Amino acid sequence: MAQIRLECRNVAKRFGAITAVQNLNFKIADGEVVSLIGPSGCGKSTLLNMGSGLDPASEGEVLVDGEKVTKPNEHVAFMLQKDLLLPWRTIRQNVEFGLEIRGVPASERKAISLELLRKCRLPDFAENYPHQLSGGMRQRAALARTLAVDPAVLLMDEPFSALDAQTKMVLQQDLGRTLAETGKTTLFVTHDLVEAIALSDRVLVMSQRPGTIIEEIVIDIPGRENPMERRKSPKTGPYIAQLMSLLHIGEEVH
Amino acid sequence: MGSELSNPSTQRMVLASLALAVISLAAWEWGPRALGIPQFIIPPASQVWEEFLKMLTRDRLMYHTGITAMQVVVGFVLGMILGMAVGFILGMSPTAEFVLSPYILALQIAPKVAFAPLFVIWFGYTVYPKILVAILIVFFPIMINVLGAVRAIDPDIVRLARSFNASKVQIFRKIEFPASLPPFFAGLRIAATLAVIGVLVGELVGGNQGLGYLLTFGEGAGNTPMVFVTIIMLTIIGILLYGAIVLIENRVLHWLPGRARRAS
Repeated sequence: MAQIRLECRNVAKRFGAITAVQNLNFKIADGEVVSLIGPSGCGKSTLLNMGSGLDPASEGEVLVDGEKVTKPNEHVAFMLQKDLLLPWRTIRQNVEFGLEIRGVPASERKAISLELLRKCRLPDFAENYPHQLSGGMRQRAALARTLAVDPAVLLMDEPFSALDAQTKMVLQQDLGRTLAETGKTTLFVTHDLVEAIALSDRVLVMSQRPGTIIEEIVIDIPGRENPMERRKSPKTGPYIAQLMSLLHIGEEVH
Repeated sequence: MGSELSNPSTQRMVLASLALAVISLAAWEWGPRALGIPQFIIPPASQVWEEFLKMLTRDRLMYHTGITAMQVVVGFVLGMILGMAVGFILGMSPTAEFVLSPYILALQIAPKVAFAPLFVIWFGYTVYPKILVAILIVFFPIMINVLGAVRAIDPDIVRLARSFNASKVQIFRKIEFPASLPPFFAGLRIAATLAVIGVLVGELVGGNQGLGYLLTFGEGAGNTPMVFVTIIMLTIIGILLYGAIVLIENRVLHWLPGRARRAS
């Protein structure tokens, strides 16, 4: 097996008397894309916060490249549903935000950001302000900002859930291609079953709170770099059915 | 601006605005006479203009205007710095806000101009009581706006910066400070008009210089045109200060959605 990039060992997180997640154990190898799916409030986002080092685990340990994560570090970068672009910065300056904080010289920053904006199909919007861009374009800029710091592991928390269905598919396609090109290791939290199947090598299914992983599904459909084609694959339907039954979707009215 | 003026609809609006000014001046000049209102109640525009020319030499109008303007600017700048500093401190420290907010609220509710006589007792007929009233009155809208802006920052933006290992100083410089600027400028606009009021009240309470002094003098002498001239000068000071702020604001906040549209 390839090098392990992200690993959770017996991780639990408690907020006061409430246990958000417990007994979390999983490994993600270099270049793998793994989706995390589960009912609302099962602690998916908690897991990402622990992974990014913003919130320490109550028990167990989160390891990135074999090192225990205790504080924010340069190996991990996250991306949320909100684009979090700063309105007073141009798109290019937003993409350079993380590099600027890390003290990368301006000329180097510019080269990196322009290259990433080209990859994320926004080359003509470098000097525009966020409000001049559509939701999908803004989220592409957020992806470029996340990739700019060249993290070993990407943590994505429902990055496309605020977008309309068609824009979402286009961005999934872009992400699939970009992840394949850059070979980034990714943990992708989502509510969208098809999204999880189309984008990932594996899907981890979480239980109700206290959340823990109840199932691991290896997605055996070729062409991970092409999520649109994977959506259309005849194998996708059975995977959806399997996930629906694991998540008890449609079994009771909430 | 030049491109805006070439727009026909803008030209029409400018013409309408100018026409309104001409009509108002004409109404002021001939209206009261036509309605039989005596000149000591509403002096016509021409008489106010003559009084203005007289006051330039007789009353050293520009000297007094300069004194008032200086006090307004000094009070405004000091009140602005103080308001901004306290706004940031309270915004970043919930403890400080919890401890101080009842007192700050009380001071905010207290009519600031009521402090003018007190300051005159303390500092005599100098420029200091006037500047102090201006500082006090300018302080609040700026502090409240900066505090509100710091509070309104999305915590996820700060978390994003922290995930990049940003220091507290970097978070302030790159997030909290720029995010506070639009409400800060809104506060400055309000404060600009308040600063003139603060200084004027200070001058009305006591002293022998500044436009407030000329105003009381004109009133005592029953010189209505002099009162008119003084009010106009006070307004001009306010307009200049307000205009300067709008000018700076347009430069600094060029990234705001509405402005970007206008610029392009």
